[in-house]
Amino acid sequence: MTKILLAVLALVAAPILGALITGVDRRITAWLQSRYGPPILQPLYDVLKLLGKQPMLVNTWQALCAYVYLVGAALSVVLLFTGSDLLLIFFVLTVGAVFLVMGALASPSPYSQIGGQRELLQMLAYEPLLILVFASIAMVTGSFKVSSVFELSRPMLYDLPLMFIVLGYALTIKLRKSPFDISASAHAHQELVRGVYTEYSGPYLAMIEIAHWYEVILVLGICALFWSTSFVGMIVLVALTYLAEILVDNVTARLTWRVMLKSAVGMGLVLTVVNMLWLYAQ
Amino acid sequence: MLGNLINQGRIKSPWVVHFDCGSCNGCDIEVLACLTPLYDIERFGILNIGNPKHADVLLVTGTVNQRNKHVLKNIYDQMPTPKAVIAIGACGCSGGVFREAYNVVGGVDKVIPVDVYVPGCPARPEAIIDGVVAALEKVKKLLGMTA
Repeated sequence: MTKILLAVLALVAAPILGALITGVDRRITAWLQSRYGPPILQPLYDVLKLLGKQPMLVNTWQALCAYVYLVGAALSVVLLFTGSDLLLIFFVLTVGAVFLVMGALASPSPYSQIGGQRELLQMLAYEPLLILVFASIAMVTGSFKVSSVFELSRPMLYDLPLMFIVLGYALTIKLRKSPFDISASAHAHQELVRGVYTEYSGPYLAMIEIAHWYEVILVLGICALFWSTSFVGMIVLVALTYLAEILVDNVTARLTWRVMLKSAVGMGLVLTVVNMLWLYAQ
Repeated sequence: MLGNLINQGRIKSPWVVHFDCGSCNGCDIEVLACLTPLYDIERFGILNIGNPKHADVLLVTGTVNQRNKHVLKNIYDQMPTPKAVIAIGACGCSGGVFREAYNVVGGVDKVIPVDVYVPGCPARPEAIIDGVVAALEKVKKLLGMTA
């Protein structure tokens, strides 16, 4: 029964919370650029407007892709909230992300094509990092279950401080923030027109935006697991991480995909090895 | 109720795409000036989106000529409805000083329906923001909203 309640909570509350976080993000970004910024509810207005626009499709395959991406993102958040398997969450998330790319590649537009290919490179960069983080969580807890993290007596951050940085890398890529916003950018930064999002429009773009809110909640939820012993600790850790993320977004320039791939996988592997050695030495 | 919410969203989130239809760049610079911290149009939820498929408002600067009228029409047709068009500057409104030239078709309204005209050579950023707000007022009336 609690699981059903948690699942409903994940389905309904996660996108609203994701929208609010995105709204706060846009406001803080505006402050950092000495602007006033939009209202906090602006992402909700944007999506409502997009839902009311005329559906324009390049082909029907794109509509299916937008739906699968939304379902994949929503399902992975439900799985996280119900304390399911981390690997299962990872696979569901990946299926959704792959469909987003397929939808972008389904149209002959060069912006969409290059955006789709860059999105694949981004996945190539962040997916090994996520797997490494999940594997090290399993090494600490002895299980891939999210629920087993909550049985720990002290926060995971003490055992896996470097893995948290690795997760930060994946977070930056997944949130589409500088320096890794190469396939499409959050905010209205233009890269390849709109990169992987270029050919999605109207209600389908709204669906992708809602899916992005789910993903924001998912990655922040995984961050929260690192301080699983207290609710306040979780909130503080996630808030600090997100503020750092916004700061990095505003002080860095966009990198090329080669640098992203090398630095993400290289740094990820080195940090993981060091953290694992430290874990064994303890 | 959902309809009301969607209408609210339409008023609060006009994404603009800017098309330079043979302008001297005077008006273009003023359009971009609206994005700077001094004017900050993102306050009103306005984003310069650069993709006609995502945009709600088309800002056109400059005269239309025989070559680029097809491009203008193409961009307009790629925007999903509901949409609005704002012609900016003397050239966008009527063809300006170039209106008698042999290759010039005239103002933007010769090719696509224009909702709001923003005069000026170049149009000031305040006038451009005012033009977008005027377009929103027009949309409000069209949607039957009172507020």
